[in-house]
Order: sequence, then structure tokens, then C-alpha cells
Amino acid sequence: MQKFSAWSLLKEAFGGHQGWKTQWRRAEPKAEYDAVIIGGGGHGLGTAYYLAAEHGLTNIAVIEKGWIGGGNTGRNTTIIRSNYLFNESAHLYDHSLKMWKDLSQVLNYNTMFSPRGVMMLAHTVHDTQVIKRHVHANRGNGVDNEWLSPEEAKAFCPILNIEKNIRYPVLGAALQRRGGVARHDTVAWGYARAADALGVDIIENCEVTGMIKNAHGAIEGIETSRGVIRAKKVGVVAAGNTSVVMGYAGIQLPLESYPLQALVSEPVKPLMPCVVMSNTIHAYMSQSDKGELVIGAGTDAYNSYTQRGALHISSHTLESICELFPMVRRLKMLRNWGGIVDTTPDRSPIIAKTPVKGLYVNCGWGTGGFKATPGSAHVFAHTIAHDEPHPINAPFTVERFEEGNLIDEAAAAAVAH
Amino acid sequence: MLVIHCPYCGDRPELEFSHGGQAHVIRPKDPSQATDAQWAEFLYLRKNTRGLFAERWRHVRGCGRFFNAIRDTTTDQFVVTYRAGEQPPASVVGGAL
Repeated sequence: MQKFSAWSLLKEAFGGHQGWKTQWRRAEPKAEYDAVIIGGGGHGLGTAYYLAAEHGLTNIAVIEKGWIGGGNTGRNTTIIRSNYLFNESAHLYDHSLKMWKDLSQVLNYNTMFSPRGVMMLAHTVHDTQVIKRHVHANRGNGVDNEWLSPEEAKAFCPILNIEKNIRYPVLGAALQRRGGVARHDTVAWGYARAADALGVDIIENCEVTGMIKNAHGAIEGIETSRGVIRAKKVGVVAAGNTSVVMGYAGIQLPLESYPLQALVSEPVKPLMPCVVMSNTIHAYMSQSDKGELVIGAGTDAYNSYTQRGALHISSHTLESICELFPMVRRLKMLRNWGGIVDTTPDRSPIIAKTPVKGLYVNCGWGTGGFKATPGSAHVFAHTIAHDEPHPINAPFTVERFEEGNLIDEAAAAAVAH
Repeated sequence: MLVIHCPYCGDRPELEFSHGGQAHVIRPKDPSQATDAQWAEFLYLRKNTRGLFAERWRHVRGCGRFFNAIRDTTTDQFVVTYRAGEQPPASVVGGAL
């Protein structure tokens, strides 16, 4: 791997930047690996990286149907925060938030993590009570979160409209200063490059078409569009397509896949110093380094695999955005797109072993998986390597739905779903 | 926006409807005898089919009635809609549901 440093930049500059090599090999599938990860998004590539870097498993492969980071990793609005209500979630997401801080150094790849603060608005009495409860619960878990008055919120985000005459006036806000954004593509690329350097094969354009089990029901390998690949351990991190892939192993999970939309505006000069989220009126906005306003909308009302959303869903979000930020009213939207998110009934992920020996699953991240990428990958790698969950992901089993031990962020949600 | 054919009212825009999730989910006949696994299956396990999917819709801003539909989840195209309590036409689904 060519290290990125001031020295290497200078050296390559003298060569007219002609000496840079591709960031990862174009690997051909081998007949057998120690472990195979299905899904080449951030979570899957991260899992492969931590398996190699922390657990010494280097004879592994990441299988991706399309191209690296072409799914939800490249389609989300890149918001990073950890202010979840329940202890289990707070531990998981904060584990991840702590890893974001030095991820660029660890991977030697600039993920452009920018902890610029995530502000969540309250518009009703109910919102105010719920958000204050979150603030207190978060602080009890050592997660920073603070309550701001409307004036304090406007001081933090000057373009915010706090007039009382709008349909949903701002009554206050919760601010997590450690939260922020990162450049989503670089997360996939950085993990891919670092994993590749440790010997991990990254195999793109390779669709999984079946699973192979032995006489005892344990996993023995997978069938793909590029032939059979044998492996004693298989980790599925297939986001919206998890139900399809797990179906090959005869496992049904409590998941439903929905299209979730995002939009970006034309680029403008810096006008927004933070991330603002409003759950009640479904509007999320931040500004990218290129100057585009990155806007998140809600999910469609029905499950689908179409990777596009209905126009009335994004229109609804833009109406909210225009009321909250009147100065952006005349901006044009450049692009909108959809990703397929797999949601669980309690809106918490499943990171666990399955009834099939050697088969592991990391899914159900729903509308907010990007923020969890490093932490999720880290604990999932531990689960695969040790055949035992890490203490942080131990509560996130499939069995919790049968036992009634839900981690019900759906009801408590800091975001509406 | 989808145009959805309500079996009672005809073609209407999607905004008049609310989605009711997977169709033909049967509540345990004797609830007190059902195991935890059976309850979990009834409450939480859904097919999440990639392809033809039987689902419920309610014409909430129209006649107010529930009905069922077969929709292809890879294209969002409706194949057929039929009244609640009826089974999907065998010719459409070929017993796949």
C-alpha cells in the first residue's frame, strides 16, 4: 500500500502524479477462504478490515454484487451521532462515534470526519419532553447532549427560522457537539484499501446466488455468479437485500426493506455550520464541503427494492426545509436518489450469530446505519472471529423478538421512521 | 406516485391510501396455546419478498375499506388488487405466495 503523507504527496508531485497506483487489487475469487463477507458496503469492508487487522484472519474475501460502496454507503446523508435513548444503543453508537475520531489516522485515508455538531429540533410539547428525556438518558450514559433554547439554537445555526408564526415553530433543540458528518465514499474506499493491504480479496460484480450447507447444517460455502466459494464462516452484511441472501440459507428475519430518499442542492458558499435534524416534520440538512446542501427525506410508505422514492415524499421534506430555512427557498435541487434500508420492528440492528453454524448476520440498520459503520464492523468482526458476540453487540440478537427483549428505539426514536 | 386500483372505487392516487403490510398473516387460532416462537412469527416475521408480494392497503381517504394487492417490489407495479377475505387469483401468483 502506498502511504499517504506530506512526503509522498511531494514525491508524487515531482513525478506529475503519475506514480499513484490503484487503491486495491481487482481480485479474482479463490476456491476457498477462511471467511467470506457478503456485502461490500462500509459495514462489510470494515468487518473484513477488523478481521484482518485485529483477529489475524487474512485469508478472507468481501463479495459485492455491484461496486464497492455503491449501495447505501454511497447514498446516505452521512450524519454521525450517538444520542440514542436506550443503554444498549448508546453503548453501540458511542463505541462507533469514538472510533470515528481517529479513523482517518488508523486507515491512513482521509474520511473527512467533521464533528460540527448535530442539532435535533423540538416543535411540540411532546417533542420537547421526549428530547429532554433523551438528553438526560444520554448524559447518564456518558454521551454528550444538551438542551438549547430557540435563541441558542439560532446562535448555533444562524439560518434557522425561529419565528413563532410557522406551522411547526422551533421550541428548542438538543445538541450533540461530538456529532457531525463524514465523507461517505471515503469510508468504503478507506476500509477497502486498508483491508486489501492486509491481504483481503475484494471481489466486485459477484452476486451471491445460494448457500451451501453440510450434512450437519453448518455453512460450507456460497454459490455466486462467478462460481462456488468455500468458507467455514460467512458474514452477511447485505443491507436492503439481507432477506434475500439469508433466504438462501433458509432463514427468515424480522426485516422489511423500504426506499429512503436523499437530495442535494446546487452548491453554494458556506451557510450552514452544523447538521440540523427535525423528526417531527421530517427534514434533515447539512452542507457538504463542496457546498451542496445535503437533505434527507423519509421512507416510502410501502416496502420495495426499487432504489428510488416517491416524489411526494421528497416534496414534503422540501416544504419543511423551506419553512425552517427560508433563505434556501430559491435553490435548485441537483439530484435525488433512493437507497433500500432494511428495518427491524424495534428499529435496532441485528448483529449476531444465526441458527446455522458458521453463518453470521449484521443487518437491520434501517435509516441510520452510516454513523455506526466503524463500531458495527468492529463488533461484528469480533463476533465472527470468536464465534461469540462482543459485549457491546450481545443484546442485538435475533432471539430478542421471541424473548420480548426489544431495544425499542422505534418508540423512543430520536428520529421518526 | 403510484396509481392504485381500489376494488371498490377504481383507480386513485397513492396519497388516498395507507399501506397495511404483508397480507394473509394469520393470528394464532388459540392465542393462549401459542408458543413464544409462534407469537414472534405472527408479530414480527415478514416475507420481505423481492418480487411478487401480497400486501394489504386501506383506501383511508376514500371508501375506508381494506383490500389486498399483488405488487412487484422490484418495479412497484401492481399485478392485481382483490377484496379483503379473498385469496389472490391463482393465475397471477401460481401458488407462490
